[in-house]
Amino acid sequence: MAAPLVLHLLLALLLGSGGRSGAEPERDSLREELVLTPLPSGDVSATFQFRTRWDSELQLEGVSHYRLFPKVLGQLISKYSVQELHLSLTQGFWRTRFWGQPFLQAPAGAELWVWFQDSVVDVDKSWKELSNILSGIFCASLNFIDSTNTVTPTASFKPLGLANGTNHHFLRYAVLPREVVCTENLTPWKKLLPCSSKAGLSVLLKAERLFHTSYHSQAVHIRPVCRDAHCVSVSWELRQTLTVVFDAFTTGQGKKDWSLFRMFSRTITEACPLASQSHIYVDISRNSQENETLEVSPPPTSTYQAVVLGDRRTYAVYDLLNPATFSGSRSLNLQLRWKQFQDIGSQLVPFLHAQRYVSGYGLQKGELSTVLHNTHPYRAFPVLLLETVPWYLRLYVHTLAITTKGKENKPSYIHYQPAQDRLRPHLLEMLIQLPANSVTKVSIQFERALLKWTEYTPDPNHGFYVSPSVLSALVPNLVGAKPANWEESPLFSTMFPVSDSSSYFVRLYTEPLLVNLPTPDFSMPYNVICLTCTVVAVCYGSFYNLLTRTFHLEEPKRSRLVRIAVKNK
Amino acid sequence: MYVGNYGKDPGLGRAGVRSWPYHLLVLCVLLNPFTPLSLTFLKMRRMDLISFQRCHVLCSLYPLAMGLLLDSHRRRALARLLLRLNTPLCVVSYVAGVVWFLALAFSPLTQNTYISENAMGSTMVEEQFEGGEHALSYARDFIAQRRKTGNLPVAWLERTMRSVGLEVYSQSFSRTLPFPDETHERYMVSGTNVYGILRAPRAASTESLVLIVPSSPGTLNAQAVGLLLSLAAYFRSQIYWAKDIIFLVTEHDLLGTEAWLEAYHDVNITGMQSSALRGRAGAIQAAVALELNSDVVTSLDVAVEGLNGQLPNLDLLNLFHAFCQKEALLCTLQGKLQHSDWASLGGSLHGLQTLMLMVLRQASGRPHGPHGLFLRYHVEAITLRGINSFRQYKYDMTAVGKTLEGMFRKLNNLLERLHQSYFFYLLPSLSRFVSIGLYMPAIGFLLFIPGLKALELWVKLNKVDFSPEEQLGPLQLVGQDVRGVALTPLVAPVLISQATGLALYLLPVMGQHVAAQHFPVAEAEAVVLTLLAIYVAGLALPHSTHRVVSSTPRGPDSGWMALKLLALLYLALQLGCISLFNFSLGFLLAVTMVPAAALTQPSGPRLLYAVLLVLVSPGATLLGSLFLWRELQEAPLTLAEGWQLFLGALAQGVLDHHLYGALLFPLLSLGLYPCWLLFWNVLFWK
Repeated sequence: MAAPLVLHLLLALLLGSGGRSGAEPERDSLREELVLTPLPSGDVSATFQFRTRWDSELQLEGVSHYRLFPKVLGQLISKYSVQELHLSLTQGFWRTRFWGQPFLQAPAGAELWVWFQDSVVDVDKSWKELSNILSGIFCASLNFIDSTNTVTPTASFKPLGLANGTNHHFLRYAVLPREVVCTENLTPWKKLLPCSSKAGLSVLLKAERLFHTSYHSQAVHIRPVCRDAHCVSVSWELRQTLTVVFDAFTTGQGKKDWSLFRMFSRTITEACPLASQSHIYVDISRNSQENETLEVSPPPTSTYQAVVLGDRRTYAVYDLLNPATFSGSRSLNLQLRWKQFQDIGSQLVPFLHAQRYVSGYGLQKGELSTVLHNTHPYRAFPVLLLETVPWYLRLYVHTLAITTKGKENKPSYIHYQPAQDRLRPHLLEMLIQLPANSVTKVSIQFERALLKWTEYTPDPNHGFYVSPSVLSALVPNLVGAKPANWEESPLFSTMFPVSDSSSYFVRLYTEPLLVNLPTPDFSMPYNVICLTCTVVAVCYGSFYNLLTRTFHLEEPKRSRLVRIAVKNK
Repeated sequence: MYVGNYGKDPGLGRAGVRSWPYHLLVLCVLLNPFTPLSLTFLKMRRMDLISFQRCHVLCSLYPLAMGLLLDSHRRRALARLLLRLNTPLCVVSYVAGVVWFLALAFSPLTQNTYISENAMGSTMVEEQFEGGEHALSYARDFIAQRRKTGNLPVAWLERTMRSVGLEVYSQSFSRTLPFPDETHERYMVSGTNVYGILRAPRAASTESLVLIVPSSPGTLNAQAVGLLLSLAAYFRSQIYWAKDIIFLVTEHDLLGTEAWLEAYHDVNITGMQSSALRGRAGAIQAAVALELNSDVVTSLDVAVEGLNGQLPNLDLLNLFHAFCQKEALLCTLQGKLQHSDWASLGGSLHGLQTLMLMVLRQASGRPHGPHGLFLRYHVEAITLRGINSFRQYKYDMTAVGKTLEGMFRKLNNLLERLHQSYFFYLLPSLSRFVSIGLYMPAIGFLLFIPGLKALELWVKLNKVDFSPEEQLGPLQLVGQDVRGVALTPLVAPVLISQATGLALYLLPVMGQHVAAQHFPVAEAEAVVLTLLAIYVAGLALPHSTHRVVSSTPRGPDSGWMALKLLALLYLALQLGCISLFNFSLGFLLAVTMVPAAALTQPSGPRLLYAVLLVLVSPGATLLGSLFLWRELQEAPLTLAEGWQLFLGALAQGVLDHHLYGALLFPLLSLGLYPCWLLFWNVLFWK
């Protein structure tokens, strides 16, 4: 009786708290997941999700022992009393019309939004410091976040996790559309993973393949979640997601077939040893119709059916912790082969998509237009539209026009915060009802401001970026969804909290805009002109004076007093 | 002791009362071609260093001149000098202007072109396009499909574009012309534009480039469509794109292009009806239009002149020229090959010929290819035309495709919009250019003449002031306002000539149906004939104006002098403004109108003056330009042909205004024609 106990203790000591057979149940866990989705256009999207959950009160000071949860982020949360943190770095643009609804879209460039706890006194200061620290952690130019591109949305960005109050004064939101994302941002992101890129799904994350794609988006989401069904205590969740879209056209030479090796030039040999769950899902929904159109090899061990993004979908599931997955060979190279590929890109247009552009010509005025499409055949739904416009585009709010099918569409909620020159951007939030099967155009005119000459970027003729509009909506489901166990269901379906079974939450971003401002010629002639203008201006007055005066001798006039004085001498 | 006594000087006291006309006159003379408008231009389009320095030198002359004028003694001396030297100065100035212009093609005034844009300069790429045969097979399919459907095979184009991996959209448009277009035989036009967007990987569709092929019933450009599709297929398989590329096929040449551009920028300028675009790709950085109608080409011609004489940035042309040299293609400008020996007299004369052709084309203000419409939207664009002549050496589609590939890859490298090089230039050949700083003096000299003449008239009108023996005190002078210009008699002629101009602008199009009902002519003819009728009827005006004008109590000459003074200033102002945005038009009008305007007076050989004035009227200038144009192209016109061409050009001018917003027609009818009528009035002053 004693010997096994001693052995047990010894084992526990040897393995530390990381051992699976520890006396105490683990307080943190890791789940990793890869979803491969053939897109309607024929491209393939791969979404990695790594979730670290920690049953600990991070907010309380004194947490010093970190295991799976990255210490650098944990300290950040406790130091700045962060309630929720969402950071995404994206290169490219998710084309909703052709690729369908994404699990989680991100705007081109960098996006950061943070909810602070209501104990924070100076939110702006914390926000500034936090963004600077994140800038260092992720090697991104987040330090360019300042008051001119930060807004406090009132309705668009609700906390995704547990939250007591939703006082939007504790929310900060900023987008840097110009940020370029590359390997230097990927490396620190990978370092946060418990297995780094040594084992598990993360071996696929090789920069030379990930940046050979049409779309690349990596994100970090931190939020508090319920520890169990009773929701008495709080756990912290860190989700690291990475979405890439492979262009089937250029990589496959016209063929739409793909394999893990062809996409990532790697195959999977094992799960991450620290992970409690490691799954690969392949969307085979288009197979479940009457005839077999595609073939996945090796054949999946099980399938999973659920209502995802409003539609019933079927996934082939590969459990990497199950040795049977690797039974055939030592490595897993998933392959998908189309037996017949039908181009259904035009039929499968998502219910909500949007487009944004600048209209007009010339360098004085212009118009920002956002076109919202609701392609649902019979259901209307409201959309919350958030527009952030930099101060140097002076919005004419009286020109705001929302038209649907030629008629004016009055927003039921509108919040406008005017810009202040060099201090803060315009913020416009509206709740617009989109009628079924309609196109709604939201347009507002603006005037281009003249900047001070030091305010121009080094490449002023490139144009100035306007961050994308954000659309948040509850889109009606095609089929009714059953509420599933949140902790049990796959990660890709639990990003947003589900409110009811008839609709799903979608957040979409439009493309960023590039606007040209009136720009002086910053080249040598410009400087010469400035100089000559100054010289001429200085010379003019004196020349004029000199030339228009006539000079002649004047008899000295003496006042009477002087004359009398002279006479009396 | 010397004391400045600004306030006490009698001369200045007088000047204080009446100094503003001097300021105005001197400013007019000195700053004519450099009005403050240039500052607005500078903001957007680059003028160069030299012209601006010259402007400032003149600015610094201004206080000098004012100083001379405001001092009474010096003013008298100057006035005498001015009266004595006026005519020789005018002659010298005119000759200098014309000689300067002719000298523009010779070597000290032209420079070699060079690529200023860093992003396009140093990158070396090897063109790998090999799809020439593919392009021809696409072209054959296109012709077959076109024959089957009767107009643009939209469905086939969409299918083909989609099959090469583009995002495909189409746009339908329709436009009813203000009157039937006889040269293109169209009145109610409706068509469809098809375009496919190549989405650049990892880019957020903020910037794009455009390759456009116009295809209309007359000129099918089938080979260009084929090459466009073949290039699209090749470009799609490349991974280096940083900007989206739009492949656009438009119907009804410029109308389709205008419809697409208006829809892309979501504006409606010309009353075009078109469906909204569903696919966009951000701000367009540059566009290349392609016109090819044969399987092989002997040379590529490039057109730069756009709507209202706007030109694309010189770097775009330089880029084309660089690839011409790299691919050893034969490239022409205005249909003229480059002379082998530039330094020789023959080479320079050849350059002058090319330059004159460019001036005539630019002055017409018409878009010479689909690229011309892009310039309004600040999109740099050129049109390339494949020419298949009887030369022996021919190039296939692969060579043309490689040129385009190279250009697009370089444009793809751009970090900013093209802005480094010149926006205002004249081209004596593809490899040489004249910058704005060097050609502006030509018109400066010409516009000096109306200024001088106006000064002379002003001096004459205030003759008493300047007679040397006169010793009038300032108080007496101020009291007499007999001298000076009486403005009331001028109101009637000015108003009447402006009204005639307005009638010329409005009536032809508005009254076409009335005219077509009452006379046996078609609508298009009715417009042209009404135009001519009103134009000629304007010549009878002096007789009617005199009835309105009451006789003036002043000197016998003061009436026409005042009118001429006004007309001269008006002319100088207009020409100065025109020459700022369209040098060619300004110069062409100045070189004809200025001498006649300066000579006109109601005495002397009036018949001669009348003939001269009629010969330089805007309409006659147009006719003359047409003859000169064909002469320079070495295809001279007979009189009858010339007249037919003239009538066609009138109709086209009016149409261009209504369809694309060309400014030549309103400019001539509302600005220069009334101004010319004022001189006509001067000539027949009673």
